[in-house]
Amino acid sequence: MRAWTDAEDYAEGMERIGSRVMDSVMDAREGYDPSAFSERDAAAALASERLSPDGFAALLSPAAAPLLEEMAARARRETLAHFGNSVSLFTPIYVSNRCDGGCVYCGFRSGNGVGRAALSPAEAEAEMRIIASTGLAEALILTGESRTGSGVGYIGECVAAAARLFKSVGVEVYPMNSAEYASLRARGADYVTVFQETYDPERYAEVHLSGQKRVFSYRFDAQERALMGGMRGVAFGALMGLGDLRRDAFACGMHARAIQRKYPSAEISLSVPRLRPVAGSEAYGERVSERELLQTALAYRIFLPYAGITLSTRESARFRDGAAGLFATRMSAGVSVGVGERSSDSPGGGQFDIADGRSVEEIRRALEERGLQPVFSDYVRT
Amino acid sequence: MDDLVIGGRRFKSRFMLGSGKFSIRMMGEVIESGGVEIATLAVRRANVGGEENILDHIPKGVTLLPNTSGARSAEEALRIARLAREMGCGDMVKIEVVRDSRYLLPDNRETAKAVALLAGEGFVPLPYMMPDLSAARDMQEAGAAAIMPLGAPIGSNKGLLTGDFVRMMVEEIDLPIIVDAGIGRPSQACEAMEMGCAAVMANTAIATAGDVPLMASAFRQAIEAGRKAYLARPGRVLEGRGEASSPLTGFLEGP
Repeated sequence: MRAWTDAEDYAEGMERIGSRVMDSVMDAREGYDPSAFSERDAAAALASERLSPDGFAALLSPAAAPLLEEMAARARRETLAHFGNSVSLFTPIYVSNRCDGGCVYCGFRSGNGVGRAALSPAEAEAEMRIIASTGLAEALILTGESRTGSGVGYIGECVAAAARLFKSVGVEVYPMNSAEYASLRARGADYVTVFQETYDPERYAEVHLSGQKRVFSYRFDAQERALMGGMRGVAFGALMGLGDLRRDAFACGMHARAIQRKYPSAEISLSVPRLRPVAGSEAYGERVSERELLQTALAYRIFLPYAGITLSTRESARFRDGAAGLFATRMSAGVSVGVGERSSDSPGGGQFDIADGRSVEEIRRALEERGLQPVFSDYVRT
Repeated sequence: MDDLVIGGRRFKSRFMLGSGKFSIRMMGEVIESGGVEIATLAVRRANVGGEENILDHIPKGVTLLPNTSGARSAEEALRIARLAREMGCGDMVKIEVVRDSRYLLPDNRETAKAVALLAGEGFVPLPYMMPDLSAARDMQEAGAAAIMPLGAPIGSNKGLLTGDFVRMMVEEIDLPIIVDAGIGRPSQACEAMEMGCAAVMANTAIATAGDVPLMASAFRQAIEAGRKAYLARPGRVLEGRGEASSPLTGFLEGP
């Protein structure tokens, strides 16, 4: 077994937890050859009652592409059995886009010419009040990757404000140590989202040029540290198109599965973000088609039928309407990806371009028209 | 009168309805067509004062059975039960303590502890559990008002996979045994009732049906039929072998 941890790159203060999850996931990824599967393999996987990692690999492979409709039928059954017709709605709240990260594909990255802003906790609360008035009860707080621009204490203030206004609070911020996650948990955070972006270490190094984000394995262990800090659930994602789509998706699914097995009570969810062009960036990576996106998401659903799958407004209203209830069980609504766009006269620039700009009310109606049930509250603080 | 009695409360209907997997706006219609008198409510889904609050869709006269979905320990279950009480849902609480996000299987040990905690605060606890006779006895001892064993993994619609173990509980436990989770067809609900279960709870089976209210009505009739069959004391079923027609004890002398 290869030792994957980039131990020598760890900065002062970065916690090491000695987990074996990364090695097992990276070995599995290394051993996955998407071209080694036939349509028969994919059909056999679809026919099995519980998908094995090998079956998951088959459904992600190009050979499964002709079976997209069959995969959709199976995914729909799984979604219905585990979630009924419920689709949870939430909104991301960008409180700061200050960033030390040098992620070449991202609008927030350090040195990119977007307008910078960090809301004060009071300003963040004003923004949150506007959001809460739309009926949303679940908030996701986002910042750029900057320990100096948005410190743990500052994020904690924002979390505390959100916890007063929302029934559940997630954070999608830079990876932290378990004690720092525990401090956010104490202020009211329930969920942590960290996208690995790509599970290919070489590609990862090419596109993450600076900042603490450079340390691949510190990021990889973030979900575990969050759970060690007492978080209720964790979310995973590979930025589709940044690395090899199929192998990244395989690793991401295996990562989520490994964490659920190690922490059986943790709530697990996945996101399926496609790389999108942003202001100030050239096109990076491969363009992932909607068809490929769908195949990946359906494979996730069939492999991890219990996991929530989140679909962001990076995708069009048409795609999101079709995905809801098929594989997607969490959708953002009423989204603004700039900092303070709702409450401020001089908001900061956005992370990516939104393709579905519908309001909460419009998305609620669209779901209902499809026989789905928009869920605003699915959490109780204990 | 053949009433279902739980914690001293009497109900005519033995069809308990789960919620959350179909649109709450349909609740009223489903409750009516199913003849439902008890409907569960996940406290985590109750959005009091907010959007899509299930409490606004439950017809008057229906007993709400709040559940502690989301609890991972006995203490968390107690806190959720208290919230339910504050929301005005009364004292009858379905205890769900789950420490497994994949299969959502109940944790019997924590559940038994939760029964004791809730009973101590005057709740009427209905524990959802893995059908294990010893655990059911512990829960009875701790103050449960009914026992709710699962028939199959939740959402699976597979029916009474745990049938033999549920039957032991029906025979040995002096509380209503209510099959919860896994019942996917009216025929399976009927089977549970024939066996002597006091009631059946269903959610996914209804939610995933093409015609939700019609399926609720089918469950109602199947549960009623199963109950009648149980009360009628079914005749023997010969399983694959004949029985000697001349008496095996004919060699005995005298009466």
